[in-house]
Amino acid sequence: MSTIAQTFKETARRLTRDLRHRSLIQNALGKYYVGRDEKKGRFQNWQEARQAAAEIKWEAVNHLDTYLQEFVKKIEARGTKVFWASTGQQACDYIVEVAKKHRVRSIVKSKAMTGEEIHLAQALEKSGVEVVESDLGEYIVQLREEPPYHIVFPAMHLTRHEISDLFNKKLGSAPTDSPEELTMIARRTLRKKYCAADMGISGANFAVAETGMISLTTNEGNGRLSTSLPRIHVALIGIEKVLPTLDDLALFLPMLATVGAAQMLSCYNTLIGGPRQEGEADGPEEFHVVLLDNGRTRLLADAEQRDTLHCIRCGGCLNVCPIYKNIGGHTYATTYMGPIGSVLTPHLRGLMEWKHLSFASSLCGACTEACPVKIDLHHHLLQNRRNAIRCKSPWWEKLIFQGFVILMNRPLLYRLGVKFGWFGQKFHGLIKGTKIDPMYAWTQSREAPQLALHTFKDYWRRRQS
Amino acid sequence: MTKVLERLGHQVDYPEDFTCCGQPAFNSGYWDEARAVAEKVIGMYRSAEIIVGCSGSCGAMMMTFYKELFHGTPLEAEAKAHAAKCWEFSDFLVTKLGVTDVGAKFPAKVTFHDGCHGLREVGLKKQPRALLAKVQGLELVEMDAAESCCGFGGTFSVKFPMISSAMGEVKCDSALKTKTDYIVSCDASCLMHIQGLADRQKKPLRTMHLAEVLAKQ
Repeated sequence: MSTIAQTFKETARRLTRDLRHRSLIQNALGKYYVGRDEKKGRFQNWQEARQAAAEIKWEAVNHLDTYLQEFVKKIEARGTKVFWASTGQQACDYIVEVAKKHRVRSIVKSKAMTGEEIHLAQALEKSGVEVVESDLGEYIVQLREEPPYHIVFPAMHLTRHEISDLFNKKLGSAPTDSPEELTMIARRTLRKKYCAADMGISGANFAVAETGMISLTTNEGNGRLSTSLPRIHVALIGIEKVLPTLDDLALFLPMLATVGAAQMLSCYNTLIGGPRQEGEADGPEEFHVVLLDNGRTRLLADAEQRDTLHCIRCGGCLNVCPIYKNIGGHTYATTYMGPIGSVLTPHLRGLMEWKHLSFASSLCGACTEACPVKIDLHHHLLQNRRNAIRCKSPWWEKLIFQGFVILMNRPLLYRLGVKFGWFGQKFHGLIKGTKIDPMYAWTQSREAPQLALHTFKDYWRRRQS
Repeated sequence: MTKVLERLGHQVDYPEDFTCCGQPAFNSGYWDEARAVAEKVIGMYRSAEIIVGCSGSCGAMMMTFYKELFHGTPLEAEAKAHAAKCWEFSDFLVTKLGVTDVGAKFPAKVTFHDGCHGLREVGLKKQPRALLAKVQGLELVEMDAAESCCGFGGTFSVKFPMISSAMGEVKCDSALKTKTDYIVSCDASCLMHIQGLADRQKKPLRTMHLAEVLAKQ
């Protein structure tokens, strides 16, 4: 077992016993479910909307070359500089270089999971630039020096008291219980940062090919400020974010808001098509779009799991996942957590080191059911498992399943096995729940089912004779 | 299940050599091993007109996953034909036969657990409830987390027992709140997990398969 898998198990063990954590997450999501379902109800037909969204994404992803070129051609025509980055390193190097060239000292960053994916903030800080997260949740976890806990709600694992303590410690603010006051404390600090920043970094929720624009969604207006106040704006966008037409946003924006944050529409939806144009009063002098591959074309080549590129990063699958709700976002130790992370991470970071995430699922399918763009998430977990075992299977496990085939394909042996099990179970009590119990993995927390002496097969045989 | 089907006038046969559908191997990534078991199952039921199983999970394996398992193999067509003959018990009664009243009588308060495979792969939701509604003396009280996973998940339960048990605890707590006599479900494996956990934690929960309820008179 890799050390990453070992750490995953240990952290999971700790958090699954943490009842305070469990109820915190349950309470936070309880309100979300009500809001989400209410907003879903406002769609004429939610299932048809999902189908339509999946088809649009299918079209975009399966003709990615065409749509990306169209997007680039149109956005470049307005003076945007586009950089194609094959790897995260290339993207980081490019952005660090832009910052250096323009003598950038401070950067405000609006929320971007692509930034987390390639550790952009760390790369920039290493080059001596200050990077401040402008999304409230992201700002909080940045102050705590930890990664986001959730794709959409980065600080959902914290209570207002913890945030108050954090602000008190890091910003010197007076302790308060009021969420409004806490927001104002962050706002006062962040306003100064916006005004001082030379560069703004954002992601994009969508990239519209037809018009050559990026679509940015936030609830705090931090996206607009980060991208329009500083001299330079850099948008770091995964290549799968492209949508064919502007009309597609009419479906995707409410869908993202509904599943992502239980809203009909997010508060600020911005379209950006280039730097400040002649005669315009605001906007950055330079606008760079960095298109990030970082393993996505590998996934594109995988016909079985290509639909994983449909993902709009709404976090909907995390919110319904019983695993996520019990182990929390940090346990995954990767950028994308929850079901989408368990499917995606092996593709982005290597199957053998990250396969444990695909095995850590009961395959309940709540994620697939919740996904607005119909990614076949839980079946992809099964495929990842198959691929991992094909690459390398633990010898002892291989042996167990070879034994399983022998036992299942020899009915007499199976019947004998059941009788032996019944007999053996009489002595099970002596070692039950201890480390020498062969069923310890089960009996450490659960009682073992009692095997029947007279099975259904016996009943059936008696009946036949 | 056989009692109920025979009560309704059907002739039931059972291949005594049947053991397992192969799902444990399939879910663990051992598709070659799963195929070896599944091949035998398909052969065993070749002559059957309809195959009825009392597990949403095994049902999902035969109805959905066999097709994937045998995709691109010589047995693909036969796996599809096999899948088309398979029914989960409650779905068979309600959808195929159009029967909801099987003449059962069971004076108890129960809550229903939607097994994930049954719910999301087979589409069981209304069927078991329609059957329970016609059981004389039975009262169904829905729990909040009826659709959330009990945490079993096959080999998941022994590979990640801590996560599995935590999920089970959430389920048990939700069921306890309904103050019912039994948790009923279409899947024995979920019930085994819930019962195992409840017994260990000394929670007063009893489990019962839907077929057992329907067989009561």
